[in-house]
Amino acid sequence: MSQQGYVATPPYAQAKPGMGGYSTGFGSTTPQPHYVHYGGTGQPYSAAQAGHLKPPHGHPPDPSQFGQTNLQNGIYNPGNQIPSYAVPSPCSGQTSPLQSHGSNTQANYQNVAQPLFTQQVTGQLDAMQIGDHGSSPVHPQNTPSLSGPPLRPSFQGSQPQQFLPPISSPTSQGLPIAPAVPAAAVPPGMPPPPRVGMHVGLAGPNQGSVAYQQVPGQPPLIGYLPQQGGMYGGQQRGLQQNYPGAYPGAPATGAQLAGPQQKKLDPDSIPSPIQVIEEDKLRRSGQLFVTNTKGQVPPLVTTNCVVQDQGNASPRFIRCTTYCFPSTADMAKQCQIPLAAVIKPFAILPPNEAPLCVVSHGESGPIRCNRCKAYMCPLMQFIEGGRRYQCGFCNCINEVPPFYFQHLDHMGRRLDHYDKPELSLGSYEFMATLDYCKNSKPPNPPAFIFMIDVSYSNIKIGCVKLICEELKTLLDKLPREDQAESSAIRVGFVTYNKVLHFYNLKSSLAQPQMLVVSDVGEMFVPLLDGFLVDVQDSRPVINNLLDQIPEMFADTSESETVFAPVIQAGLEALKAAECSGKLFIFHSSLPTAEAPGKLRNRDDRKLVNTEKEKTLFQPQSNFYETLAKDCVANSCCVDVFLFPNQYVDVTTMGIVPMSTGGSLYKYNNFQIQTDAELFLNNLRKDVQKPIGFDAIMRVRTNTGFRATDFLGSMYMNNTTDVEVAAIDCDKAITVEFKHDDKLNEENGALIQCALLYTNVAGHRRLRIHNLALNCSSQHADLYKSCETDALINLFAKSAYRAILSQPLKNVREILVNQTAHILACYRKNCASPSSAGQLILPEAMKLLPVYMNCLLKSYVLLGSPDLPTDERAFQRLLVTCMDVVGTQSFFYPRLLPIHKMDVNSEEFPAAVRCSEERLADGGIFLLENGVNMFLWFGLNSQPELIQGIFNVPSFAHINTDLTSLPELDNPYSKKMRSIITNIRNQNPYSMKMIILKQKDKAEGIFRQFLVEDKGLHGGASYVDFLCYVHKEIRQLLT
Amino acid sequence: MKWIEADFSQNTSVVMATYQEFIQQNEERDGVRFSWNVWPSSRLEATRMVVPLACLFTPLKERPDLPPIQYEPVLCSRATCRAVLNPLCQVDYRAKLWACNFCFQRNQFSPSYSGISEVNQPAELLPQFSTIEYVVKRGTPAPLIFLYVVDTCLEEDDLQALKESLQMSLSLLPPNALVGLITFGRMVQVHELNCEGISKSYVFRGTKDLTAKQIQDMLGLTKPPAPVQGRAPQPQEHPGISSRFLQPVQKIDMNLTDLLGELQRDPWPVSQGKRPLRSSGVAISIAVGLLEGSFPNTGARIMLFTGGPPTQGPGMVVGDELKAPIRSWHDIEKDNARYLKKATKHYEALANRAAVNGQCIDIYACALDQTGLLELKCCCNLTGGYIVMGDSFNTSLFKQTFQRVFSKGLQGDFRMAFGATLEIKTTRELKIAGAIGTCVSLNSKGTSVSENELGVGGTCQWKICSLDPCTTLGIYFEVVNQHNAPIPQGGRGAIQFVTQYQHSSGQRRIRVTTVARNWADAQSQLQQIEAAFDQEASAVLMARLGVFRAESEEGPDVLRWLDRQLIRLCQKFGQFHKDDPDSFRLSETFSLYPQFMFHLRRSPFLQVFNNSPDESSYYRHHFMRQDLTQSLIMIQPILYSYSFYGPPEPVLLDSSSILPDRILLMDTFFQIVIYHGETIAQWRQAGYQDMQEYENFKQLLQAPLDDGQDILQTRFPMPRYVDTEHGRSQARFLLSKVNPSQTYNNLYAWGQESGAPILTDDVSLQVFMDHLKKLAVSSAS
Repeated sequence: MSQQGYVATPPYAQAKPGMGGYSTGFGSTTPQPHYVHYGGTGQPYSAAQAGHLKPPHGHPPDPSQFGQTNLQNGIYNPGNQIPSYAVPSPCSGQTSPLQSHGSNTQANYQNVAQPLFTQQVTGQLDAMQIGDHGSSPVHPQNTPSLSGPPLRPSFQGSQPQQFLPPISSPTSQGLPIAPAVPAAAVPPGMPPPPRVGMHVGLAGPNQGSVAYQQVPGQPPLIGYLPQQGGMYGGQQRGLQQNYPGAYPGAPATGAQLAGPQQKKLDPDSIPSPIQVIEEDKLRRSGQLFVTNTKGQVPPLVTTNCVVQDQGNASPRFIRCTTYCFPSTADMAKQCQIPLAAVIKPFAILPPNEAPLCVVSHGESGPIRCNRCKAYMCPLMQFIEGGRRYQCGFCNCINEVPPFYFQHLDHMGRRLDHYDKPELSLGSYEFMATLDYCKNSKPPNPPAFIFMIDVSYSNIKIGCVKLICEELKTLLDKLPREDQAESSAIRVGFVTYNKVLHFYNLKSSLAQPQMLVVSDVGEMFVPLLDGFLVDVQDSRPVINNLLDQIPEMFADTSESETVFAPVIQAGLEALKAAECSGKLFIFHSSLPTAEAPGKLRNRDDRKLVNTEKEKTLFQPQSNFYETLAKDCVANSCCVDVFLFPNQYVDVTTMGIVPMSTGGSLYKYNNFQIQTDAELFLNNLRKDVQKPIGFDAIMRVRTNTGFRATDFLGSMYMNNTTDVEVAAIDCDKAITVEFKHDDKLNEENGALIQCALLYTNVAGHRRLRIHNLALNCSSQHADLYKSCETDALINLFAKSAYRAILSQPLKNVREILVNQTAHILACYRKNCASPSSAGQLILPEAMKLLPVYMNCLLKSYVLLGSPDLPTDERAFQRLLVTCMDVVGTQSFFYPRLLPIHKMDVNSEEFPAAVRCSEERLADGGIFLLENGVNMFLWFGLNSQPELIQGIFNVPSFAHINTDLTSLPELDNPYSKKMRSIITNIRNQNPYSMKMIILKQKDKAEGIFRQFLVEDKGLHGGASYVDFLCYVHKEIRQLLT
Repeated sequence: MKWIEADFSQNTSVVMATYQEFIQQNEERDGVRFSWNVWPSSRLEATRMVVPLACLFTPLKERPDLPPIQYEPVLCSRATCRAVLNPLCQVDYRAKLWACNFCFQRNQFSPSYSGISEVNQPAELLPQFSTIEYVVKRGTPAPLIFLYVVDTCLEEDDLQALKESLQMSLSLLPPNALVGLITFGRMVQVHELNCEGISKSYVFRGTKDLTAKQIQDMLGLTKPPAPVQGRAPQPQEHPGISSRFLQPVQKIDMNLTDLLGELQRDPWPVSQGKRPLRSSGVAISIAVGLLEGSFPNTGARIMLFTGGPPTQGPGMVVGDELKAPIRSWHDIEKDNARYLKKATKHYEALANRAAVNGQCIDIYACALDQTGLLELKCCCNLTGGYIVMGDSFNTSLFKQTFQRVFSKGLQGDFRMAFGATLEIKTTRELKIAGAIGTCVSLNSKGTSVSENELGVGGTCQWKICSLDPCTTLGIYFEVVNQHNAPIPQGGRGAIQFVTQYQHSSGQRRIRVTTVARNWADAQSQLQQIEAAFDQEASAVLMARLGVFRAESEEGPDVLRWLDRQLIRLCQKFGQFHKDDPDSFRLSETFSLYPQFMFHLRRSPFLQVFNNSPDESSYYRHHFMRQDLTQSLIMIQPILYSYSFYGPPEPVLLDSSSILPDRILLMDTFFQIVIYHGETIAQWRQAGYQDMQEYENFKQLLQAPLDDGQDILQTRFPMPRYVDTEHGRSQARFLLSKVNPSQTYNNLYAWGQESGAPILTDDVSLQVFMDHLKKLAVSSAS
């Protein structure tokens, strides 16, 4: 795969032109009737699953039962599993209790999730789900091929080694059982219909094998065909040939699909994100995750646990798409699973985890491998009694510097192993020496420059006053080094409309002085002394200024603004002061004033869904790119707060923040009453968050693979060094790896991420994160070590970048194809043979389709002319710097049934799936995705809850204009507010809360976030998409 | 020397006395001094006179006795003439007609003159009103505008002194005068003066030249396009806009005083071995652009205060590396002055723009080293602004000079006028060859414009953006009457000077001077012409020509040209036997002329040796604008001697005047030197002046000081005051000026007691005269 990422490259051989049809069809709202048909067709599909489910029905999972049901047996490749089986399992006993437990307690979700993935898990099961699998229905599938009974114990045996043995996940156990308890499975308030589907499915298990094989594939076709006409191209034609007469008239497929199958596919029967998340929580929440083992798969991002660094970087810093790399490039190519790490070098560690240690190696600087320059880390092997060490990355043998010498113990480990963070920990910092500083001079402390647009519109909306007021207090909270009494950061102020006003704030002045620069064509800084000042020293002058700014411009009629010169001014100021820093730009409108970087309104939604759509995401000119480059070179980070009331060309204006490691915030139609708090929260967070300046990141790997591609808000001057003007605790960079050789399975895949930066006190530091991954030549190992959340992060970032160079539909196509390919490869290589009609998903990736669908339905990839271009561009930029947590919730929002909250518990109510079906008239739901937050009230919401939360008597009295909840002294209100506060604290962006009532007009926006449903602006429902993917997989397999 | 003394002793003839009176009268009344007071009547003869027919004209000659006339002048109706009715015109009182004495057009008086008769003549027809001043009532009087352009790259105490001077000056300005402030260093800041609270200034990069349009845009001076919605009448002028930067003194003087008080030195660091970055070029450009935008065609003074050369941007004179010294004459001769041409071009362009707009640029340059006056001088030369050169702003020289800019005349008016245009009309026998002075051509080609240019020619109108009662122009004419078309006996040639200007009160005024002189046939009436020769005026006029040439030609060429003119003049008017130098005699009216030329040759106006290019520019600038008396002092300094032997007396500017028991006071215009002879100095050192019995010695010491003070008090710019004595280094100021009649070459021939020997190789006046005679009588030439 080339540098641009797999999305950019032409799809694998199988990508068909016909896909275009797919995407459009997918995108456009499908006419209802089709949908119905589809549902019908879907049925067989579900039936197939049902078939699998049935065995669980039989209850205490019996291999034999499964054996019958599943077709996979034949295909099953024992090779994969053999190693794991070989290991004797001490823990066999443990599984059974779990099973039983699972079966009872988890009935609810089990039924939801099982049907689909039961079949799949073959390969992974052994490794991953360990105990569960043994018990799970899946397992049985495999067993047939192996001798049935022995399998189970051996299987379990394998688990303990790789996973935490005792707590084998209830989920897996639950799976098999679920079908047994259909009634319990139905979520409260859920309409029964899906049930029917299930039943049907169940009914058919025996026939199932035959009937389903064909059927499952077809139904989707039928569903799609009518919508898309002939667009499917070759594929379809092929298919049509198979089922000639069947499609045109009646959606009902071939003879096999009888009338009854027309029922809709049961959403509960397909993998549920909620279930997966909850299972993981149950299994690992609150536990200690010790990073002492190579290639451990960490808990999901949604699971709260404590990480103990014992030699590998915490998943808070690095998450990988897979924790077991394929050993060869061929294998990597075959499976199509992108190998990537999402690195968040400045992630905040919770207070109960140890902060990073700072190591000094004296004047000579950190010890590094002579050849590859990797930094001293636990992956270095000391030899020859400690006199030398072998670099884990390049295998070079280096001398240990005399001052660093230490004897080895009998294990070959240095005696000071535990004394030195760089030998025992995955993450730590080095003090950098002058060699690591620009011009070999210690850096100056960084500076913050606040640049406020004082044009008419910003003044009118009251934004300027708001900012000035806030800054007065916020300036006391600038980030400081631990233990430092006050922040070393200096501040400066600029206001601007179409000219710039600098302020001299020298502490000796009685009044600030304003210096106007109108030469926006060639920006410069009019003063040196007094522009950047210490907050403490110049406090009175600063306050004076902040008081006066709103007044001075109160009567302004200037409506034009400049933008690029503002950045240039900040850049020049930092240059002149010879320091790094960050600009906070508060901007209102499209910069149309005559100046460099002048922009015109080029929003043209007619371009959507055309070849030229990509131009909407490309900057108007390369001016801002050059500017961004300059900014990075001078370590000037730019944060932009936009307050637009119309198109502002976020695409172009966002380039600088995005390339410099800054953030972009956007407040459409800002209204002070409703949006002030939101903005101020963001501003406060933004100003206060931990941050490192003038950063260069380098990712080193051991031989066999290397980092080839970097995605995030940063800049690359060459192919290896990631340059960021500043990087804060919320920014993540996704690094993709490619093989350039064979990986040694014994050594695994090693990653060292070194980030050289200047901290807030102006000290140069090197932050090192090390991570060792497994490596295997078995597909099964690979598939079971995947992390879907990280995959989606990569897919999203890479797709969002790809749209710059390709038509949207290609990008979507590629994503779908790759999804299908990944899953098909699994099916081919890991799953036991089964009917082609069966959809088999790897356990670790069972959410891939649903998440992928969410990604495809995201504003950016949707391609609907109804969506504001700015919003799409904004989200594009937003996602580009997100970490895994961010993308997970962004693409699959959290939907909390508030009416079920337990006021006595700290916990949130268990989330439900993002589908309209899960809403209930009598419910109150909170939905958030890290960017938006909605509080939705059903028509029949409980009055006491409403009373509790709003202090109004009924649904009708709820004031939907509120953006925050009244502070009432009752448990509901308290609980509710604590939930919201909690959510806000978890997210880098502050969210505005929108209150909605069922059946309100405004409800439409809310519905867009019910991502399992069909999108308002197009985009398939989860079920549809799954069927489609399934069809694709089948296509690939044949 | 002897020879000259002899000439002095011969003393006056009747004719001369008459002419001297006549000349003096004319000068006092009209501010005009002609080189010839009787004009040779043919072109050929005129050229043979060697000294061209020319005059020194002081347009605003102070005339306390002259009441301004409260109506407008009557103009000749011929479109190409437009001469003003004057006492030389023939008037037909009955027909109410007047004939223009320049074009002979007959004009009808307007009805308002209906009462005119021989006994009831309007002022402009009275002979004593050959110079008359009209007040134009049209339009509203414009306020005076002073725009301070202040360099902040100064030493702390210098800046402090300058700030104080500027603050003080606010009290000297008329209360309604508009004042503005631009400061510059590395950047240029235009200060807004009407702001409450935060002080506000517009900042410009010091390296980027901007057009007037850009400057106005950037200062927000361009009128915003009228908002469409506001259809409401918007006839209101835009005084508010321009007045953000230029405000009436009375309104903002507290504000501005504070602003000046807070002025800091340029904060940009200057590293070792560098000059501060000084953006004078852009600062002036912005000042000019600002006024162009806000006050087109209104008189204004841009006052540049600078403490060093421009070191960056357009108009830079020297780089900021200290190791590269500023250009010297040597560099210029070697064509080694990198920035000279470019900078000069920049400032010339600015000066021309300012001149077109009627605004003048003053330069107050105070620094020990050169400040780039050579390049900057055109700003003042073309606009009539002042150049003041000093060592520091913290000297009385600067402080008092600056204060004197705002001095008031006899009638309580400021001694300054703005935006003047001088138009000259001549009778048909004469044409205008050009003018030399602080003016620019308005390129007004008329019938009276000569093809031969002397000075700034090719026009009959000049713009003088700033002038004071002393400002004097040299105006050169050409006699075009053909030899074969004799002028009838008694015919007179006439010249009319029409000066329109903005009076310091804001009024527009027109001053009209009409003069006439007799024609004489140079062949038959050479005696008359000779007798009417004004050798002082001629010396100054020739000197101006020489200095004008020196600006563009090599020094030696100019000297040769001067010498040749002198020789020719001597040949023409001397009486001698061929090849007999001893027989050479000059008449009284010419007798001083060679001596003036001798000193002129040695003057800093033509000699650049020992002067920096800046100094030369400074000296020349003042020479080009001062009136005859001052100019003569500059050419040949005055020396007074104080002794116990009698009252103070003027003595020869000769080394022989330097005697041990004398105190000498020399006035070179630029310097006042008090020199104590050797003995006097010893007495003073011994403290005799403090002893009661030597009260007379004390008085003797005091006398030159008092006289010196008198001069210091009146002179603008204030001269450098040097108090020195025999053997001191500063005695060089005296020694370099006196005629080196005694040098180490001829010392012993002259004996011990007679004055001080000068260590020089320069020729003495005696040698010079001997040569002159030799050459004049030589039959070879």
